[in-house]
Amino acid sequence: MKGIYDVAVLGGGASGLGAVKGALKEGASVILIEREASTGGVLNQCIHTGFGLQVFNKELTGPEFHELYISNLEDFDTLFEASILYIDFDTNYIYGISKAGLFEISFKAIVLATGARERPFESLRIPGERPSGIFTAGLAQKFINVENCLPGKRAVIIGSGDIGMIMARRFVLEGIEVEGVYEILPYPGGLTRNVYQCLMDYNIPLYLSTSVMEVRGKSRLEGVNVAKFHGNKSVPGTERFIEVDTLVASVGLIPENDLVKSNIEKSRNGGLVVDDLMRTNIPNVFAAGNNIIIHDLVDFVVMEGETAGVYAARFAKGNKLPERKSKIIKKKGISTINIEYATLSNPFVLYLRVDKPMKKCNITVNRKVRKTVLNAKPSEMIELEIEPYKEKFMETIEIEAEER
Amino acid sequence: MEKKSILVIGAGVVGTLIAREISKSNCQISVFEKLPDVGWGVTKANSGIIHAGYGDNPNSNRAKYCAKGNALYKCLSEELQFDFERIGSLVLAFNEMQEKTLYELLEQGHVNGVEGLEILNKEKTLSMEPSVNPLVKKALFAPSAGIVAPWEIAIAAFENSKENGADYFFNTEVNRFFKQGKKVIVETNSGVFKFDFVINASGIFSDEIALKSGMNVPKIYPRKGEYILLDENELVRKIIFPTPGEKGKGILVVPTVHDSTLLGPTAEDLPETMKENAETTFHGLSKIIKQSRKLVPGIDLSKTIKTFAGLRPENAMHDFDISYGEYFVNLLAIRSPGLTAAPAIAREVADFIKEKFSLKTNRDFTPTRERIISIKDLSNSEKEKIIRDDPSFGNIVCRCNKVTEGEVIEAVKRGAKTIDGVKFRTSATFGRCQGAFCMVNIMKIISRELGIPFNRIEKNSNGSKILNGEAK
Repeated sequence: MKGIYDVAVLGGGASGLGAVKGALKEGASVILIEREASTGGVLNQCIHTGFGLQVFNKELTGPEFHELYISNLEDFDTLFEASILYIDFDTNYIYGISKAGLFEISFKAIVLATGARERPFESLRIPGERPSGIFTAGLAQKFINVENCLPGKRAVIIGSGDIGMIMARRFVLEGIEVEGVYEILPYPGGLTRNVYQCLMDYNIPLYLSTSVMEVRGKSRLEGVNVAKFHGNKSVPGTERFIEVDTLVASVGLIPENDLVKSNIEKSRNGGLVVDDLMRTNIPNVFAAGNNIIIHDLVDFVVMEGETAGVYAARFAKGNKLPERKSKIIKKKGISTINIEYATLSNPFVLYLRVDKPMKKCNITVNRKVRKTVLNAKPSEMIELEIEPYKEKFMETIEIEAEER
Repeated sequence: MEKKSILVIGAGVVGTLIAREISKSNCQISVFEKLPDVGWGVTKANSGIIHAGYGDNPNSNRAKYCAKGNALYKCLSEELQFDFERIGSLVLAFNEMQEKTLYELLEQGHVNGVEGLEILNKEKTLSMEPSVNPLVKKALFAPSAGIVAPWEIAIAAFENSKENGADYFFNTEVNRFFKQGKKVIVETNSGVFKFDFVINASGIFSDEIALKSGMNVPKIYPRKGEYILLDENELVRKIIFPTPGEKGKGILVVPTVHDSTLLGPTAEDLPETMKENAETTFHGLSKIIKQSRKLVPGIDLSKTIKTFAGLRPENAMHDFDISYGEYFVNLLAIRSPGLTAAPAIAREVADFIKEKFSLKTNRDFTPTRERIISIKDLSNSEKEKIIRDDPSFGNIVCRCNKVTEGEVIEAVKRGAKTIDGVKFRTSATFGRCQGAFCMVNIMKIISRELGIPFNRIEKNSNGSKILNGEAK
């Protein structure tokens, strides 16, 4: 199969659907390539609520959000159950494979919306045996919500990322006993609302500065040894054995950019580096969502996707896009920012995370206070609107979080 | 006349290669394996190195079989179609003492008949392998060293010997065997059988099998090796060894045939009662990190895929203990470099059997086995053709290693019943996501092809169910 399109979107999750919408709005011809049999990505298995507050002003489940978002989306082509083998960024071709055979797509602009994958428990180098019964939170969620199967009878959750806490609640609702959620850091990894709604409301204990130090079980998991941790070292004498047949790991997401093998700029954590147009250092390559940085809310991901789609379409239609003017620099107190360059052509929104919990902090832009945030936490992204006309920006835009 | 019946105990690399070699003669071969699949014992967790043969004392059995076995690998890998890459190895020396050892190894290699050995100076070493520690003084280069995925050899030899008439019995544990009249009686957990001859290739348990059969053999104890597997395919191009010390070859940096890099192994001697202790330890993993970084300082641990441990059968002599009896062969302590030596040992054992029973050559013997097609390695026109014939080869199930549904189905047809069975035959779930994406789909394929309920599918051993909850 061969095809020629203005914009090719890779990945039919939230950011990819956003990109499709953005590109269609600009009148581009669009193809969406998705490896599963339908769009939606991880939204399909997220049957809990908490989606849509920013985009639709109401609280929806993942499948509801997806349904509503695609309801007006039409006039674009799709390739489902299609895997990409190689992208040639010099000749602008995508080569892939599906049950129908090989396909070749020629594009004028491309949006990479490939999301993230879960960090597997195995990669943490935790000592012990290698039994069955160890799952990433996403896999456990898929077993329960999509396949209608229960992973085990009694579980510990390692890591307090959002999906870990959501799975703790899901387990309890399904009659699986959750012994506790263990977080190696001194503060929770996920949203505050999830600490309340998923753990406290269900009497699930959250143990901070505590994690697993050994895995036991010959064939199926029999238990884990947990201990208090100081930094990444366990504190002697605090070990405790917990009998469980299931371990769920919610220990982080990794931007999925395996298809990006050319000279597209990546950050140290593997995310793609983009400007406020969601454009990479290659003029016709755009990106949005969790393959840039890991986001907390799907709403932000969708909005990034829309921006990427709009500018990809404009580029494809021959418009000259503004060039990068400033570099956005993380200073003290900031751990991540979604955008690293600014064109200063339009107002834009940054999503950023602070590097530690702060009761009250000022977010400064080139040393001027632009926002004050109460109870800032690394787990919750802060939106920061930047209006270039009002600022006297030079080559750098320095963002800092000062504890007050 | 009735065919002679030969039993091989153990379906690891050694057992399956012996079964294949014997199937070149006219006889009836059975293989009993305690575990549910091939190559799940010592075979599955070692460094996967085909050693050049300079490292063994010329008077040892190790030296007798190692270089010989190495020489057989090229032809064997072509006939059985398993991955074998002769990438060469470097032993690094960082001081004068170690340099001296390099020259001793060079000398020993010459005595053992190893070809192509060369001592390289610092510049040559660094130009050959730029990421090794720049403090290196000299290195011993052995071009004939290579890498394999050991389980692939066992799987290939299993399939090929089966095609040539060998019968395999899994989950079959031998309790003891003894001579009665002209036959050998073999008692197992699933009945009593009679054979003309027994070959004991039961790895780490080979001493126990021999002892239970009334033979007085030296004990085998497990030597544990822990490993860290990294998602790195260009860290080093050759096998990087430190200068060997008292306890074997030390901790290495090894590229694998599956585009990853292996660090390890440790060498911890366990008591003979701990033959199933394959757990990693804090101490062991820390040691691997420290030692491997001495060889290659730029190792990035954030690329860790997983850690694991394997057990090697060790004895007090630190040497293969091979003995030929009237009705049995004992293959004890096939420790490092046992993987390299295995084809040579198999040939010798098969020759012995052939001569002992005056067996005729099996004229129907097929030497070749076809591997499972790997779609990602084919040209575009080949891909198109295969997908046209069978669309399941266009459906990529394992994204990390680009394994298709068609390949998983073929693995199941060839004997995989578990997730690990599929993993070792196709490399699906072997990659950086460790099955988080593809586990569900692979379980569905196994369930559909074998008629096993989805929630009964196991990871590997009996009792290792993936799903342990009540049905909803």
